[in-house]
Amino acid sequence: MPTLEEKMQMFYTMYLIRRFEETAEELYMEGKIWGTFHLYIGEEAVAVGGCAALRPEDYITSTHRGHGHCIAKGADVKRMMAELMGKKTGYCLGLGGSMHIADVEKGNLGATGIVGSGIPIAVGAALGCKLMHTDRVVLCFFGDGAANTGAFHEAVNLAAVLKLPVVFLCENNLYAMSFPTRKSFAVQDIAERAAGYGIPGVAVDGMDVLAVQEVVTQAVARARNGGGPTLIEAKTYRFKGHSKSDKNVYRTKEEIKQWMERCPIKRLESHLQSVGVSASDLERLKQKAEEEIKEAVQFGLTSEELSLEEARRLVYAE
Amino acid sequence: MPNKTVTYAEAIREALREEMRRDPAVFLIGEDIGVYGGAFGVTQGLIEEFGEERVIDTPISEAAIAGAAIGASLVGMRPVAEIMFFDFMTLCADQVVNQAAKIRFMFGGKAKVPMVLRSPVGSGTGAAGHHSGSLESWFTHIPGLKVVAPATPYDAKGLLKSAIRDDNPVLFVEHKLLYRTKGEIPEEDYQIPIGKGEIKHQGKDVTLIAYSIMVPRSLEAAKILAQQGIEAEVLDLRSLRPLDEELILQSVRKTNRAMVIYEPSKFGAFGAEIAALIMEKAFDYLDAPVIRLGGEEMPPPYNPNLEKKLVPQVEDIVRSVREMVI
Ligand SMILES: Cc1ncc(C[n+]2csc(CCOP(=O)(O)OP(=O)(O)O)c2C)c(N)n1
Ligand SMILES: [Mg+2]
Repeated sequence: MPTLEEKMQMFYTMYLIRRFEETAEELYMEGKIWGTFHLYIGEEAVAVGGCAALRPEDYITSTHRGHGHCIAKGADVKRMMAELMGKKTGYCLGLGGSMHIADVEKGNLGATGIVGSGIPIAVGAALGCKLMHTDRVVLCFFGDGAANTGAFHEAVNLAAVLKLPVVFLCENNLYAMSFPTRKSFAVQDIAERAAGYGIPGVAVDGMDVLAVQEVVTQAVARARNGGGPTLIEAKTYRFKGHSKSDKNVYRTKEEIKQWMERCPIKRLESHLQSVGVSASDLERLKQKAEEEIKEAVQFGLTSEELSLEEARRLVYAE
Repeated sequence: MPNKTVTYAEAIREALREEMRRDPAVFLIGEDIGVYGGAFGVTQGLIEEFGEERVIDTPISEAAIAGAAIGASLVGMRPVAEIMFFDFMTLCADQVVNQAAKIRFMFGGKAKVPMVLRSPVGSGTGAAGHHSGSLESWFTHIPGLKVVAPATPYDAKGLLKSAIRDDNPVLFVEHKLLYRTKGEIPEEDYQIPIGKGEIKHQGKDVTLIAYSIMVPRSLEAAKILAQQGIEAEVLDLRSLRPLDEELILQSVRKTNRAMVIYEPSKFGAFGAEIAALIMEKAFDYLDAPVIRLGGEEMPPPYNPNLEKKLVPQVEDIVRSVREMVI
């Protein structure tokens, strides 16, 4: 069980993710961020619960909807905001943008625009950790949509037969773009698929950060002790459209509303209040997050851009 | 028959709709092509007319989409598969390169694969490294595949109809930045033959050889160059494989100079094939080396200013032509 202090930290991180993304959306409207990004709003409990189960030296792989994973793994929101603004001070020097954000120093092996492509890479990272005799674990985030790629099947099987220290954490938000899981899966729970690979499979309420933290902690312990991979399915929901361009034609307003009532941040907030945390303590955390975001925006806006010459030098290692 | 003005996306949609009405063997398969209407809205409204049976949304499974299209075409259907971004063609490469392209030949001509794979290429939308690729050159290298890359709504509609009626696998290369461009098309049924290019603008000083997005950019450049006293001819290849060699050679014999303009990274791309063709067959007519104006040797960057520098823009074409001619 996490301590109260750890829970407060989880609350802070979830709130920071939420405010980061709301702010990014505003900046997009103002034309200060461009291109494509995918908002994680509503799913924060999965990234935060998952990463809370890791040690700092463990790794994650992320997805196109990766802001939450990145922040939860300890990224500096200043450098993230700068990346979204395409600036040289960003994590990828402005070359990757939202969909390719990575923070290798903190163990985030990166977001990807090719759905499913992070899964084999997570398996490879776990293989490397094993071959180097570290006891590091890799937490692999991916969506329900990614679970239908060939890459998923090949990679999970490989990890299972090699007994690699990797935890597969599927963020089932019920849709892959417009395509609902009820049409894309013939099984009830994605976690059921684990049986086909001979590994444990667990479904968890992805709107409950404490529940996520608990099941991931168990799976991580198993992986670290040489027990091999686990497939976890966190049931969650994205409150916003798939990407900046989405009219939500594939789902109803009522459905969105019902899920929004289960907001993972509000849920943790009420839990904290029920165990005696005062409203003013929570308010103070929120204020701190606001300031962090404000600074991040300022940092991004005042940063420089990479030149073509500098970019050219990055194609190959020297 | 009167003409009407449509966008490039609408022209493609019209071709799909008309072919589906004409031939019950034609069906669509791909990701988010149903109620969502496709990532770029091309298939909007088609599921309403043809239903889920003929507009098939799939899970994220590109290899299965391409393979299913091949399999269905082997037993008599005429699938049109959509691969949401051309970057994802890498995920169906086995099916396209090892299967679709070779089946007819390997089976001694006893089977055919009349399928179309539509997919958008191109940068310019800020989508960075995994959603901005132009990998069409790779597929022009494969005997057994046809590759077309129209630049206008008129050509898009006519070429797609030909592609659907063709008994070979055809890669239909769309460009994201062309989807909203407008042009005229006739009301009546028409086709553009695969393998035929077109002179889109007459000139006598240099031939600009282009396809897809580089055609409007070359036309724009030709306008500017005309004001500076240089008459550039703009040749739209429309089909990359088979290639309209005769049209290229005729034009170069007239202008004595050629520049090949394309979006993919310059090295090893399709433009080199054109340059080699001209060297082999029109060398004696050349007053200057054939120039390739291609993309930068780097993955697509996210930063918008860098992204713009990745591929030839109108001003790059103008500058390069001036350097070549003057
Ligand atoms: C290989 C591949 N196919 C298609 C896409 C287009 N696309 C981007 S995100 C997405 C949906 C992904 O769904 P899921 O894995 O459930 O993640 P979510 O977006 O729901 O977080 C699709 C189809 C892609 N990026 N990569
Ligand atoms: Mg999903």
